[in-house]
Amino acid sequence: MADAGGAVGRPLPRSGARRLAFGRGKYADDLRFPGLLHLAFVRSPYAHARILDIDPAPALAAVPNARVLTGAEIAEVCKPWQGTMDHLPTMVSPPQHAVAVDRVVWQGEPVAAVVAASRAEAEDAAGEVAVEWEPLPAAAVRDRTLDEDAALVHPELGSNLCFSTTIGTGGSETALAEAAHVVEGRFSFSRHSGIPLEMRTVIADYDPGEGTLTVHGSHQSPWHQQDTLSRHLGIPEHLVRVVAPDIGGGFGIKLHIYGDEIAVSAVSRILGRPVKYVVDRMEAFVSDVHARDQAVSARLGVDGDGRIRGLSVDALTSLGAYGSLGRPPISEGMMTIMMAAGAYANAHYDAGLRVAFQNKPPSGMYRAVGQPIACAVAEQLLDWAADAAGIDPVELRRRNYWSDDDYPLRTPGGLAINRLSPGRCLDKLVGMMDYDGLRAEQAELRTTGIHRGIGVATFLEMTSVGPAYYGPSGAHISTQDGATVRLEPSGAVRCVTSVIELGQGTHAALAQIAADRLGVAASDVGVVGGDTSTTPYGGGAWASRGLTIGGEAVWRAADGLRANILELASSILQADPADLDLAGGAVCDRLSREPRMALSEIGRIGHFRHDTLPPGVQPELAVTRHYVPDAAPFALANGVQGSSLEVDVETGEIRLLDHWVVEDCGRIVNPLLVEEQIRGGVVQGIGGALFEECRYDEDGQMLNASFVDYLVPMAAGLPDIHVGHVETPIAETALGTKGAGEAGTVGAPAAIMLAVNDALRPLGAQVTSLPITPESILEAIAAARAG
Amino acid sequence: MDEFADIELTVNGEKIARRVEARQHLVDFLRIELGLTGSHLGCEHGVCGACTVRVDGSIVRGCLMLAIQANGADVWTIEGVSDSGEIEDLQEAFIARNALQCGYCTPGMLLTAAEMLEAGRKMTRAEIREFLSGNYCRCTGYHAIVDAVETTMESRFGG
Repeated sequence: MADAGGAVGRPLPRSGARRLAFGRGKYADDLRFPGLLHLAFVRSPYAHARILDIDPAPALAAVPNARVLTGAEIAEVCKPWQGTMDHLPTMVSPPQHAVAVDRVVWQGEPVAAVVAASRAEAEDAAGEVAVEWEPLPAAAVRDRTLDEDAALVHPELGSNLCFSTTIGTGGSETALAEAAHVVEGRFSFSRHSGIPLEMRTVIADYDPGEGTLTVHGSHQSPWHQQDTLSRHLGIPEHLVRVVAPDIGGGFGIKLHIYGDEIAVSAVSRILGRPVKYVVDRMEAFVSDVHARDQAVSARLGVDGDGRIRGLSVDALTSLGAYGSLGRPPISEGMMTIMMAAGAYANAHYDAGLRVAFQNKPPSGMYRAVGQPIACAVAEQLLDWAADAAGIDPVELRRRNYWSDDDYPLRTPGGLAINRLSPGRCLDKLVGMMDYDGLRAEQAELRTTGIHRGIGVATFLEMTSVGPAYYGPSGAHISTQDGATVRLEPSGAVRCVTSVIELGQGTHAALAQIAADRLGVAASDVGVVGGDTSTTPYGGGAWASRGLTIGGEAVWRAADGLRANILELASSILQADPADLDLAGGAVCDRLSREPRMALSEIGRIGHFRHDTLPPGVQPELAVTRHYVPDAAPFALANGVQGSSLEVDVETGEIRLLDHWVVEDCGRIVNPLLVEEQIRGGVVQGIGGALFEECRYDEDGQMLNASFVDYLVPMAAGLPDIHVGHVETPIAETALGTKGAGEAGTVGAPAAIMLAVNDALRPLGAQVTSLPITPESILEAIAAARAG
Repeated sequence: MDEFADIELTVNGEKIARRVEARQHLVDFLRIELGLTGSHLGCEHGVCGACTVRVDGSIVRGCLMLAIQANGADVWTIEGVSDSGEIEDLQEAFIARNALQCGYCTPGMLLTAAEMLEAGRKMTRAEIREFLSGNYCRCTGYHAIVDAVETTMESRFGG
């Protein structure tokens, strides 16, 4: 075996990429099942309506072998669930059926499942199911859903209010009154979604003989699926198995419990046959969870030298018709108010949040939950304050960061912070982007009528959220992850993990960790996961947790295996285990580093030649460990992003010129993977800043539910993205990592909005509603000219 | 619904004869009838490019073409170009640069990039970005893909 040479920290290409690049990926829809039936849904054309009658006869006339199952029939085998949280007694969310019974509350809600021999036939039949509707008034305009005369999404609740709260220190009003400069704004963040390119897919196979349910699905948290299927379909948990094969992107969208997905298992249970359902793109737009959709009003006061005196924030989050099971629907808003300006020293903060239901698809978690909003609002206020105080915006930030002496601390928003590095990130970013040079160029070009803008935004990224949040909620969601690390007879290593791989490259990084602990090359470690019946129990893939939690579990399991290998070697070699070590694929002498025995020899004897071992020696060549992130409620990463762009003030078009990120995700296991997580995240943030919006009319009809009309970032028009690192390993784990998957998405919208407004400043125009479009820029310019 | 047609075509160099439903599009035919699951569906309305395949030497949206329209055609998918080795350098560049994450867009992206390489010259990054804009990727942000295509062009055609 090759000498390991330290795999952690190296930009190793990931082995799993090869299969995918050669077209050998196996996504859920690629799998084959004998006797498979295909399912299509009849979905509601109305945002709010009563179901008066469902007549399957025309469908059965068109496709005689089809089977139509209504929501009521599915409800006979599947209990409804409720998205409430034990620790939030004032938060309401009504019971949700897998498939609507009696009443639909969003356009796209499933009302009947239709099963046939092929997907095409299932769709033929679904198109013929006759549903008699009584349309009802819908609550579909965000800023009016809490009005007295608004239609009620759930009349039994008496209001559309899901939750409201206030947080902070108090005293912001007084502080703002005393501030030298007060700036304020009203911001809007569009409703959008994660849009993974592979759509949600599930194949459920209930075996009536064994009473087992096997589900293959494109899902980020198969354990949450297993728990829900067991409890809501009444199947003992050890008879439920959920398998996640290759997953074509998730971004949070695939970590939720979906009624349509659970219904597939219910239908399989009813029919005793394997059943497949693949969401199509049009359905995805009206059935995948939506996110963001928030209006924020905020005021910031600074003193004469730009130091923050006080901040107040008022946020209104608009949900869809339901929250998700186990995933608090208020998170978007809570993250906004908890994290706004969290990197800055401030003594006076007040924030309020209201969260309201609408007749739209259920709300859930999309990459960076709430944090892009917190970042954009606070950073724009700081830019305006810098302008008001006559201080360079980068300098203003430097003056306001918490100083290193302040840590550990609790922010006015309630974040416990052990350590951050925004100042070092900012210094590095300013150097990378040649900030002074850009400012000089900007000033020169302005004299020629060219409007360049520069935005520099500081971000915090909450990652690896632990039991302090999910435990008290009562959600059946595990915040720990587990790993089994095993020595194979050949001396190769196999790692079985609860971490779900969906393209981040986490499994490759886990191999690097195990390799270093066992003194082998990363290419000698195979990593598998994604099967609840065979892997250690865990959380899956969400909240940028893969390495910080799952990686720590691998570290500990590998260390356990290492101890067992050394113990076995010591009995074979008649040596003290303390004098032995692992390196270069062999047991070696700890001091001289001389190889004593190859791992292949340990494997051979440990697995096949027990007859040669002294009596009583029991080789344990597989070790399982779990890691609960108990030392801190989360791992807080941080960084700074910079944007340079040009605004054509005649057409309103934005040309993105350059983008920079300096981030601190603690110890970096594989910079190649981290940097591509950052770049991909930035572009999703750019999507939210400039393109992405689920547009609705007042009746709750989505107007752009196709890729023709809903814009996502394309390769053309995007800038190259320069990434730099500051590494501050956390002390709570041996590995020292923090998450990195959401950093790009947190900071990019702020950097872009700040740069646009920096470009528009000489015109007196500002835009605070995302996505920023050419139309909105021209309107802002026209409004400024009109005075 | 009950209309069928007999077609004969060449797929990845192999002669194929099948009776197909008239309404079946080319990628469903490749995936369902031939088991060539490397071509993916991302929208089925011709926008995202995940279904890109090569028909008679040019890339097409496999979801916008019916299988019967491929009667007599020469069709290549990611499986075929992988086996033939014609884009091995491009694939290796994608792997080395981590220019794919979930991999769902990758087969279509590679076939599009392969067509770019057939122009036989090095393109600017802006030209590469323009050419790739018919293929959506939600994971990478495209930068690494542009790098990988650029690297392949440099090694094939010189810097």
